[in-house]
Amino acid sequence: MWLTLAIWFFFGYVIFMFGESINSASFLGYPLAYYMCAQGSLIAFVVLLFWFANKQEAIDEEFGFAEKEDD
Amino acid sequence: MAEKFINEKGFVNNLPKIYGIYTGGFLGFIILMAIAEQMGMTSKTIGLCFVAFTVLIYALIGWLSRTVQVDAYYVAGRQVPTVFNGMATAADWMSGASFVAMAGGIYFGGYTYMAFLVGWTGGYILVSSLLAPYLRKFGCYTVPDFIGTRYGGSLARFCAVIVLVLASFTYVTAQINATGTIASRALGIPFELGVWVGLISILLCSMLGGMRAVTWTQVAQYIVLIIAYLLPIFWMSNKWGYGIFPHLQLGPEVARIAQLEAEFGLVKNSADAVKAAGVPGGLASISVAHSAVPAGGMAAWKFISLAICMMVGTASLPHILMRYFTTPSVKSARKSVAWSLFFIFLLYSSAPMLATLSKISLIDPTLPTSIIGKSIADVQAITWVQNWAAAKQVFIADFNGDGVLQLNEWFMRGDVVVLATPEVAGLPYVISGLVAAGGMAAAMSTADGLVLAIANALSHDLYFKIIDPKADVAKRLIVARILLVVIGAAGAYIASMRITSILGAVAWAFDFAMSGLFFPLVLGVWWKRANRAGAIAGMVLGLAAGTAYLIYVGPAFMAQTPWLGIDHLRFGIIGAPVSLIAMVVVSLMTDAPDKATQAMVDEVRIPSGKTILGSK
Repeated sequence: MWLTLAIWFFFGYVIFMFGESINSASFLGYPLAYYMCAQGSLIAFVVLLFWFANKQEAIDEEFGFAEKEDD
Repeated sequence: MAEKFINEKGFVNNLPKIYGIYTGGFLGFIILMAIAEQMGMTSKTIGLCFVAFTVLIYALIGWLSRTVQVDAYYVAGRQVPTVFNGMATAADWMSGASFVAMAGGIYFGGYTYMAFLVGWTGGYILVSSLLAPYLRKFGCYTVPDFIGTRYGGSLARFCAVIVLVLASFTYVTAQINATGTIASRALGIPFELGVWVGLISILLCSMLGGMRAVTWTQVAQYIVLIIAYLLPIFWMSNKWGYGIFPHLQLGPEVARIAQLEAEFGLVKNSADAVKAAGVPGGLASISVAHSAVPAGGMAAWKFISLAICMMVGTASLPHILMRYFTTPSVKSARKSVAWSLFFIFLLYSSAPMLATLSKISLIDPTLPTSIIGKSIADVQAITWVQNWAAAKQVFIADFNGDGVLQLNEWFMRGDVVVLATPEVAGLPYVISGLVAAGGMAAAMSTADGLVLAIANALSHDLYFKIIDPKADVAKRLIVARILLVVIGAAGAYIASMRITSILGAVAWAFDFAMSGLFFPLVLGVWWKRANRAGAIAGMVLGLAAGTAYLIYVGPAFMAQTPWLGIDHLRFGIIGAPVSLIAMVVVSLMTDAPDKATQAMVDEVRIPSGKTILGSK
């Protein structure tokens, strides 16, 4: 969970603190900071959530806290 | 009862098929309308058909999902499959503001505005890691239900109801306002009447079936709105030859806009000049660069503080949290958050693309649709300019009197970017009708969720838990429905007075929710020591501090200079820390919660086993 929040913090805030300096770099032809807030961070969030859901499920199973497959 | 349950199961298993047929049917309807347009159907009739047809479908779904069971009414029987709950949440989440106003905001605000994009998606990380699975495990019906049970006592529950009503009500007026705007345009009726038409369609979806009806109409609305948003973008990108897949291939166009901006010059008109020219309120000209990042630490702080407010607000908005009470298990609640964000991402990542395409269609002189740099007489002869100018949505002010349209002489309302772009780019009118239907779906789905959140909190927490705990099921559901109508009517009445713009009201709702609810919810799950007095102090003082600050800086109130750039869109930055400090200090000063409560908090964090509140 802490790792998830750290990654979230990075993509949510840290890159935009340096928005001005990274915007001169380019990705797929877009200025980098523009790309990050248009798509990059959003993709990172989606991937992060699926990864977190699977990871947490695995942890629950390992420690025997997983829900039984009832209905 | 048993038979009913089996039917329900069959229904859930058949969902992909049902919505597959529905999507096919909707696409068929679009094609039918396109043929009708070729055969000479007027644009007005097409717009009418689109809005009326989709609203009728939603009402039909709402009627088919009617129910008299408490579980079905409040949490859709807790058996909404993961992916469908994701779609419903996405529709619940993406409001008229996301659909209609967001691309316009990016069009005018450029990079700075995109803090909303980051904020409105990043909040789901908080929802998934800190809240949704645990609230699902708790097994509550509403958000105040959690506060009331975790901290105990009617007062804590009551405070949570107050915050919920304040935040959701601010939000719902904005949505009803949006449905009114679209209904009045599509049906050709006055705005005040449009608001009431919008309200009736919203109530049709939610009144008979509560959460169950809202869930299934929201899935249907998501399908309409995503088709309506993506189709014009792909069409335009291919029409101008920018690439088959705009999201990956618009880089050169973003660079081209920066180049054109340098060529035309970005001029900020003085407020006096704008006023003297008689520009209608709410219209703006482009004065901010599309992709450049503003310099300085202050600009970065403004970006980040807005993103923080929107993220934390997302994690405390009750109408979103309550969607995760409808999943069958804790595990699926977590998965469902991920799917929600995926469906939201489809639209959000497209908004900057739409803004880019719309802007380049207007300003690039090599395209046949461009207007900047052309003679004003020619521009005024264009049909769509005439239509939207008549509606006071676009305006031309020839400041330097040379008869040529400059970048700073072209004014338009942000909403026009989404609603008029298909016309601007010369797409068939059927696309404009589709976009109107999509905007209607977006505003209606959010309004449904919000009105239901308020009515449920009032009927379940205020009426059943506090005023009359002995009320039987039939009576509770009748109260819930009456409240639904009353709240909807109150929202429509306020919306018809047109107080704030759509976006202002939406941002305020996030800040209210963030100031009052975020820490009581999060600490309720994660800090065993948090007790009743602390939670009440957190809610009351957080909300009071946020509201006081809003009144201090709000342009409509005292309009004082904000501290550190924290303006009225960001007042949660003040409210939330006050809430945290008040909650921690008061909790530590008073006694720890009893053993039973502490055991309950431990239990919440374990996914397996029974829900804490047994189902009734």
